[in-house]
Amino acid sequence: VCPGDTSVLAGVYGPAEAKISKELPDRAALEVLLRPKVGLPGVLERSREQLLRQTCEAVVLGVLHPRTAVSLVLQVLSDAGSLLSCCLNAACMALLDAGLPLTALFCGVTCTLQPDGAILLDPTARQEQEARATLTFAIASTGRKVLMSTTKGSCSVEEMQHCLATAQRAADTIFQFYRDSVSRRYSK
Amino acid sequence: RTVEPLEYYRRFLKENCRPDGRELGEFRTTTVNIGKCSITTADGSALVKLGNTTVICGVKAELAAPAVDSANKGYIVPNVELPSLCAERFRSGPPGEEAQAASQFIADVIENSQMIVKEDLCIANGKLAWVLYCDIICLDYDGNLLDASVFALLAALKNVQLPLVTINEETGLSEVNLKQKNPVIIRKHPVATSFAIFDDTLLIVDPTAEEEDLATGTVTIVTDEEGRLCSVHKPGGSPLTGAKLQDCITRAITRHKEVKKLIDKVIKSITPK
Repeated sequence: VCPGDTSVLAGVYGPAEAKISKELPDRAALEVLLRPKVGLPGVLERSREQLLRQTCEAVVLGVLHPRTAVSLVLQVLSDAGSLLSCCLNAACMALLDAGLPLTALFCGVTCTLQPDGAILLDPTARQEQEARATLTFAIASTGRKVLMSTTKGSCSVEEMQHCLATAQRAADTIFQFYRDSVSRRYSK
Repeated sequence: RTVEPLEYYRRFLKENCRPDGRELGEFRTTTVNIGKCSITTADGSALVKLGNTTVICGVKAELAAPAVDSANKGYIVPNVELPSLCAERFRSGPPGEEAQAASQFIADVIENSQMIVKEDLCIANGKLAWVLYCDIICLDYDGNLLDASVFALLAALKNVQLPLVTINEETGLSEVNLKQKNPVIIRKHPVATSFAIFDDTLLIVDPTAEEEDLATGTVTIVTDEEGRLCSVHKPGGSPLTGAKLQDCITRAITRHKEVKKLIDKVIKSITPK
């Protein structure tokens, strides 16, 4: 998945045999590994992995595959802004491609609040740095509800609601992109 | 209660209350212990008890040279530890995912709310700056770790007194004046409020460990005194509509006022000098 210059490669493995220490008796155990482009995974990667894992756990129907493990591995190929939403989109498409049962699709949208009050979607790295606040949402396809939300920088409540509404509208475009890619892949 | 915990909880939630007698929007009793009563070797410390969840925060200040690209900024390094004594699910060894995610969350809150501006920690441009190591250790885990940690951090930082450091012009060495101490300049006071989502609809405030396990998702909202949002942290879990999120935010703002009153009261009681 490459919006602009940011690209993330996602791979899904599973449902596969889980290690006894990790297996859950009633559902599939989801594991997310995020590898940065340079360096070893650090605390930031861990917190992102936790965000991704809990978002995926909410949509993947784990109860259909108990005592198995599903691994999602993400490799950052290049980072030019909106990395987290790129990872979210890559993760969702990988889960789709793997054929795992999902309750809903989700997409990641990043909005930034520029110092002059403008709301920008899918910012570049430069725009993210200049921004007063960056908000990332994962929007579900059913009813456009918020699955995941993280903010960087502070903003007022109304600004957040504005960004959320803008993100929900942008989600429509991204879901359309999913549909196009999937139909392209399977219409050989 | 042990065989069908979810059903047990649902019966209570239908009546709009919880097994420990609280309302859905009620917090557990919060107690704060600031200053010399907690850690005597640290420069600032605080102990926070949110019901049974006990978190202690110690702040140590050290001197270091600032980074090359930000010569006028000091450092704040938060570190959250969940030792195995606080709950049976944490094993000893390298920090698990929860501890690391919590550390990152605290670092983000400090950064987002501009609680301590790094430029304030600088003593001499490019040569010397303060480094504040904030160690947050959970002693007893009964849910709602993030709220208690943010509160403990805020209380401990309010307690820190930094000695005056001057650089001797001739020798170029720093001289620490332990007699003259100034408190750290805290610009904003962020307060975190956590909610647990049940069955995609019900939101309860300040979940205990049991409630967290049964919940289908969590939301943590950090507000500062102007009603601005420093962080809306919703790591996955069931989807929420914008209106529900708005309810959470309103509740968080009310909570902020309660906590601020508590902190101010405690600080007033320990500064008789």
